[in-house]
Amino acid sequence: MKPLLQVKGIEKRYGARIGCTEVSFDLYPGEVMGIVGESGSGKSTLLNCLAGHLEPDAGQVVFDTRADGPMDTVTMSEPARRMLGRTDWAFVHQHARDGLRMSVSAGGNIGERLMAVGDRHYGDIRDKAIDWLGRVEIEATRVDDRPTAFSGGMQQRLQIARNLVTGPRLVFMDEPTGGLDVSVQARLLDLLRGLVREMGLSAIIVTHDLAVVRLLADRLMVMKSGHVVEVGLTDQVLDDPQHAYTQLLVSSVLQV
Amino acid sequence: MNEYNFAYLDEQTKRMIRRAILKGLAVPGYQVPFASREMPMPYGWGTGGVQVSAATLTPEDTFKVIDQGADDTTNAVSIRKFFENTAGVKTTEETDKATVIQTRHRIPEAKLTEDQILVYQVPIPEPLRFLEPRETETRKMHSLEEYGLMHVKLYEDISQHGAISTSYAYPVKVSGRYVMDPSPIPKFDNPKLEMDAIQLFGAGREQRIYAVPPYTKVVSLDFEDYPFEATKADHPCDLCGAEDSYLDEVIMDDTGNRMFVCSDTDYCRSRRAAGHVGRLAEEDAA
Repeated sequence: MKPLLQVKGIEKRYGARIGCTEVSFDLYPGEVMGIVGESGSGKSTLLNCLAGHLEPDAGQVVFDTRADGPMDTVTMSEPARRMLGRTDWAFVHQHARDGLRMSVSAGGNIGERLMAVGDRHYGDIRDKAIDWLGRVEIEATRVDDRPTAFSGGMQQRLQIARNLVTGPRLVFMDEPTGGLDVSVQARLLDLLRGLVREMGLSAIIVTHDLAVVRLLADRLMVMKSGHVVEVGLTDQVLDDPQHAYTQLLVSSVLQV
Repeated sequence: MNEYNFAYLDEQTKRMIRRAILKGLAVPGYQVPFASREMPMPYGWGTGGVQVSAATLTPEDTFKVIDQGADDTTNAVSIRKFFENTAGVKTTEETDKATVIQTRHRIPEAKLTEDQILVYQVPIPEPLRFLEPRETETRKMHSLEEYGLMHVKLYEDISQHGAISTSYAYPVKVSGRYVMDPSPIPKFDNPKLEMDAIQLFGAGREQRIYAVPPYTKVVSLDFEDYPFEATKADHPCDLCGAEDSYLDEVIMDDTGNRMFVCSDTDYCRSRRAAGHVGRLAEEDAA
């Protein structure tokens, strides 16, 4: 099987400081990769480099595009990269407000990506928006409400709907459950797991919550001070951590 | 008159503006930045249009100014006087006799010719501004032709009002490339943007000039199931009886009486001179 995403030696420095360095991995279609680590370990920097929001100082991010096969997204032209960003890729921000247009209705938010790729039939766009609201468990009657009228959990679900409506193949998630209370988190995780399995999505999830990766991720990468310290199957890493930092991380989880 | 350089601006400034105009004509719909000058009138009164007119006028030109279609409103009268004083050009109220027409919020009803230049006053040249406040981002969207956001606005219109309720400053795509704000003209005028005359747009405060060359394709954005419609009040003009012109609604009294009159005063006057009579024309004369 051909990997969907090949990351080769990604490095990002902020002056003399290291953002992340020597990160390499392959992601296969349908696979979910978790990235965990403490604050400041370079998780988000890595994710932003992969998603094209930051320009890495070294390395390649080779994505298997539909049209032209494997392409290095770091060196590809900006229009092509932005096109990927609204078709085959999706980016779920930690704060829904960063990923939504707060002054535009829920339907408009979901429809934006469709219109950006050339959909010009109002009825179709609206039907798809309502369909997606249903899939993320938001009532269809809320389609004309603005996200400002939504709760935090609903905003996050709306952001997910808005991102998945064009049927992306790779989803980047930056702390998708951060800042939500635990019951809402559980519902969101349930929903995400359903969508990932149903649509056969590949995903890269950055989080500091080990429960999230246990539930969603097939493979796990542990980062510390910009370096990858441990990689492996999620259950293997969490049940039998090898690196001292991973051991610390796993043992730090509060038991209720 | 002798105290001023011809048409108020100095020659270097006019040269700079002409370069921006030429660039605008070469890239239809593209907003060319220019170093807008301080003009002896407040922003919002047409400082952009005045600068473009000043750079366009020659001593042989005949100049006409309209504001919302009318020749006799404050804005139109003062800009006309301004150029009478500073350029000494002939002025007219008749559309077909003018060679340069500066307009605010309307396109004249009479068909313009290849010998004419239409100069628009533009308050906000960026059609994406109210959707995307960052200038860096809107510039990128223009350069990469990412115009999905424009349709989000139209989508919001339909979802809230059941129809595209944007009735002025209706976004258009020029020559299949740039999305452009046609200045706040009513969407009734949008089909007329494909014309024989040169159209220049000047935004003084925002320091942008853009242009539509003659015979350029201008398409109003819409949805397949909600096509663009050029709307006007469903009424003939009460003074000249015209059924094809854009109308202003005038409240007559406090019992609900009102009249509709052509917003293009020159068009209305010439029709009445030709003997056309509307519903209230007699009373008006009396």
